[in-house]
Amino acid sequence: MLLGLPLLSLAIWVPIAFGVAVLATGSDRNARAARLLALAGAVLGFAVTLPLYTRFDTLAGGFQFTEFAPWIQSFNVNYHLGMDGVSLLLILLNSFTTVLVVIAGWEVIRTRVAQYMASFLFLSGFMNGVFSALDALLFYVFFEATLIPMFIVIGVWGGPNRIYAALKFFLYTLAGSVLLLVALIYLYNVSDGSFSLLDYYRLPLSLTVQILVFFAFFLSFAVKVPMWPVHTWLPDAHVEAPTGGSVVLAAIMLKLGAYGFIRLSLPIVPDASHALAGFVIALSLVAVVYIGLVALVQADMKKLIAYSSISHMGFVTLGIFIFNKHGMEGAVIQMISHGFVSGALFLCVGVLYDRAHSRMIADYGGVVNTMPVFAALFMLFAMANAGLPGTSGFVGEFMVILGAVKASFWYAAAAATTLVFGAAYTLWMYKRVIFGAIANPGVAALPELSAREFLVLGLLAAPVLVMGVWPNPFAEVLQASVNDLLNHVTQSKLP
Amino acid sequence: MEYITPLLPAYPELFLLGMACVILLADLFVSDGNRVATYALAQLALAGAAAITYVTSSAEPAYTFSGMFVDDLMSDVLKLLAYLGVMAMLVYSRAYLAARGLFRGEFFVLALFATLGMMVMISANHLLTLYLGLELLALSLYSMVALQRDSALATEAAMKYFVLGALASGMLLYGMSMLYGATGTLEITRLAEAIVNLGGADVVLVFALVFVVAGLGFKLGAVPFHMWVPDVYHGAPTAVTIFIGSAPKLAAFAFIMRLLAQGLGAEHLVQEWQQMLIVMAVASLAIGNITAIAQTNLKRMLAYSTIGHMGFLLLGILSGDLTGYGAGMFYVVVYVFMNLGAFGMILLLSRSGFEAEELEDFKGLNARSPWYAFLMLLLMFSMAGVPPTVGFYAKLMVLQAVINAGFIWLAVVAVLFALIGAFYYLRLVKLMYFDAPADTAPIAPRADVRWLMSANGLAMLVFGILPGPLMTLCIVSIQASL
Repeated sequence: MLLGLPLLSLAIWVPIAFGVAVLATGSDRNARAARLLALAGAVLGFAVTLPLYTRFDTLAGGFQFTEFAPWIQSFNVNYHLGMDGVSLLLILLNSFTTVLVVIAGWEVIRTRVAQYMASFLFLSGFMNGVFSALDALLFYVFFEATLIPMFIVIGVWGGPNRIYAALKFFLYTLAGSVLLLVALIYLYNVSDGSFSLLDYYRLPLSLTVQILVFFAFFLSFAVKVPMWPVHTWLPDAHVEAPTGGSVVLAAIMLKLGAYGFIRLSLPIVPDASHALAGFVIALSLVAVVYIGLVALVQADMKKLIAYSSISHMGFVTLGIFIFNKHGMEGAVIQMISHGFVSGALFLCVGVLYDRAHSRMIADYGGVVNTMPVFAALFMLFAMANAGLPGTSGFVGEFMVILGAVKASFWYAAAAATTLVFGAAYTLWMYKRVIFGAIANPGVAALPELSAREFLVLGLLAAPVLVMGVWPNPFAEVLQASVNDLLNHVTQSKLP
Repeated sequence: MEYITPLLPAYPELFLLGMACVILLADLFVSDGNRVATYALAQLALAGAAAITYVTSSAEPAYTFSGMFVDDLMSDVLKLLAYLGVMAMLVYSRAYLAARGLFRGEFFVLALFATLGMMVMISANHLLTLYLGLELLALSLYSMVALQRDSALATEAAMKYFVLGALASGMLLYGMSMLYGATGTLEITRLAEAIVNLGGADVVLVFALVFVVAGLGFKLGAVPFHMWVPDVYHGAPTAVTIFIGSAPKLAAFAFIMRLLAQGLGAEHLVQEWQQMLIVMAVASLAIGNITAIAQTNLKRMLAYSTIGHMGFLLLGILSGDLTGYGAGMFYVVVYVFMNLGAFGMILLLSRSGFEAEELEDFKGLNARSPWYAFLMLLLMFSMAGVPPTVGFYAKLMVLQAVINAGFIWLAVVAVLFALIGAFYYLRLVKLMYFDAPADTAPIAPRADVRWLMSANGLAMLVFGILPGPLMTLCIVSIQASL
C-alpha cells in the first residue's frame, strides 16, 4: 500500500468529496469554478487509482488492497473493500472516463453546471464502490446509489423525451434489483448473520436454493447488462441522455451487471450457474445476433450505438458463462474495450449533435469534407466497434470466440456472425454520415473539432490502439483473478 | 435506593400536565401580538419534559400507580423522540399558523395534551391506562383538525375522524373487556402470565384479539380500516396533518408493543394475530402504494403512502420476535422523521393564501431553490427506500425480520409494492428537477425553519451512511422492555 494510504477508499471518496464541493459552488454564476473544481476532482480521482495498477501483484490471487472496518454492527455489516484484476481494470476505466466526461461537458453544458458535474463525480465514486465492495450490503448500497445521479442526469439535461426515459431507466433497474436484496437477506440468514461475500463463497447451498438465488441475481444483473429481452430501457436512456450520460452509461454502468455475474453469481451459486449456463448463453446469442440485426435498421445514430452496445455485451455474458479461461478473460477485455469504444462513439455523435442538433443519419453525409480530423478519429472507433484486428475491439471478441469454440462449435459460429453484422451496421452508418457528397448546407457549415474535443477523442484513441496492438498489460492483471474465479465455479457447493 | 419517590417514573407526565394547565391559563393574559410567548412556553415545556425523562430514565423497568404505569428504556426512547417530533412540528408550523389566524393558545395547549396522551400510551402497563392515553391523544387531535372553524374541508375531516375514531375506540374497549373476561386482569404483565397459564387457544381470547387488532388497525390507518386517513390528512390544516402524521405514530407503535407483544405475546396467540397482521400488511402495501399513484394532491399522496408505510411497519411486527420488533421501531422512527420533513416542506413553501399542497406546486423547485429541492429529494428517496438514505435500512431491517421468520414470499410482495411506491416518489423528484417552475414567489423561511429543514433532510443521508447507532438503540430498547 502506497504510503499506507487506503487507496480504494480514496478512489471512492475523492470524487464524492469533490462532488460535494462542486455542488457547494451553487448557481451558474460560478460555473467556471464548478468546472475547474470538477476537473480537479476527476483528475485527482484518476490519479489515486494509478498506484492500484502499478502496485498490483499480478501473480497473487484473491483480493488485494483490502480494507476492513465495522460499519453497522447490529447487522454485522462491514466496510470491507478489496479488488482483484477484474475490479482493477474497471476502476481504472471508470475513473478515466469520468475525466473525459467532465472535459466533454465543459462548454456543452450551460445550465446547472455544478449539479451536472457533481452528478458525474458522485457516479464515479459510487461505481468504484461497487467494483471494490466485498460486503454484499455495501455492494448493494453502491449499486443502487448509482441510480440517483444517473436519473437526474438523464432527466435534467436529456433530450425531448427525457422524462419518460429517466423514469423507465430508474424503475426498470430498480425492479431488477429488489429481488437481489431479498436474495442477499436470505443469504444473510442462512449464513448465520454475515454479509461478507467471502463467507458466501464458502456457503454450501442446495441446488433448488441456488437456482432461486441465481434467478434473483440474474434479474438484477441482466437488466443492468442489459440482456435480451430486458434491454428495452437502454435505447431510450441512451437516446435521451446528454452525451456525458450516454458515455458513462455505456462505458461503465452496463459493466455493473457483468461485474455482478462475475463477483456474485458465479462464485456464490456455481452449481446453478452451470445448470443454467445454457439458458444464459442462449439469451446472449440472441442478443449478439438479433440485436445486431436490429442495430442495422436504426436511423438514429445514438440508437444504433445503443443496440450495438447490447450486442457487444452479449459477447461479455457469453464469455462469462462458457466457463473457460479464454472466454472469461475475453469477456473482461471486451468490457474494457467496449468501455473505450462505445464511450468514444457516443462522444463522436455528441460532437455532431452539438453542431447540427440532429442524431439522424439521414441529416448528414459528406462530413469528411468539412471535418477531416474528426472523420479520421471516428473511423478508428468505428473500426474498433466492428472488431477490426489491431484495435481493442478485436482482442476481446477473438478471445471469446476462441473460448466458445472449446465449449461448442455452434456457439462460436453464432457469435462469429457479429463480425459480419457489427461491421455492417457500424461501417454502413459511418459511410452514410461521413462519406459521399456534402448532403446539405448544414453539413457544409460544420466546423472542425475544437482542441477540447480533439483532446477527449485523442485520449480515447490511444487506449483503443494500445489494447489492440499490445493487450498484455491488460490481460496479465487478469490471469490470477480469472483462475480464482474458474476455481470457484468448478467447485460444487452442494451440501 | 429506598428514597425513590413512588411517582418518579411518571414525573415527565406530571410536569407536562402541569405546564399544559399553566399555559392554558397564562395564555388568557397574553395579547395577540405577544402570542409568541405561548409558543416559547410550549417549547420550553417540551424541553423540560425531555430533560426530566432523560434524568429519570433507568435501565430496569420501574412501575408506579400500582403497576398501571411503567417507565422502561423503550418508553424513554420513544418519549424523547416524540418530544423532538412535536418540537419540530411546532417550529415548522409556526409561520403557517400565523398566516391563517390559527396561531392561538388553544393550538399549543391541545398539542401538549396530545403529547401527554402519547406519553401515557407509551408508558401504559394496564389496558385502562392505555385507553386513557389513547383517548386523550385522539380527542386533542379531533379538535385540532377542527380548529380551522370556517373551513368546510377541515370540519368534514374532523367529523369523519371523530366518528370513525369513536367506533375504533368502541371496538378496542369491547376487545379489552373480553380480555378481562378471559383472564380476570387488565394489567398487561399479569395478562401475559394469565394467558400463558390458560394454555391453548381460547375462543374468547381469539375474539378479543380480533376486536383489539381491528381497533389497532383503525388507529394505525391500516387497510381495511384506512378510510379516514386520506380525508383527514387532506382536510386538516397542514400544521395539524404534520402532527397527526408524526409523533402519534410512535405512540401507536408503543401501543402495539404493549398490547400485542407484551400482553398477547404468548406463542399460540402470536400465531393468531400474525395471520391477521399479514392480511392487513399486504392489503395496506397494495392499496396504499397503488392508490397513491393516482393522487394529484401531495397531502393525499402522503396519506396513501402512510398507509403503505404502516403495512411495512406491520410486517416488522408480525415477525413476532426481537428482530421484528426492533425493525418495527426503527421503521416507525425513521418514518416519523421522513414525514416531518415532507410535511415540513409543504409548510415551508406555503404562504398566506397559498397552500403548497398540490404536486404541481413543487414544479421546478430545483430552479427556485436547489437546496430545498435537494432536501426534498433526499426525503423522497428515503421514503422510497433507495440507498444511501436511511429509508433503505428501515426497509432492510423489516425484510430481514420477515425472511428470518420464514416468510420469504411476504418479503417478495413487500419489495414489489415498494417498487410501485418508488414511482410516485420519483414523480415528485421529476416535478422538482425536470419541470420548469410555475410559481416564482421567493422562498424565504425563518432562520429556525431553514436550519431545522436542513438538519431534517440531511439526517436522511447521515443516518443512511451511519445507521448503526440508531439500529442498536432500537434493538436494545426493545430488548430491555420485553
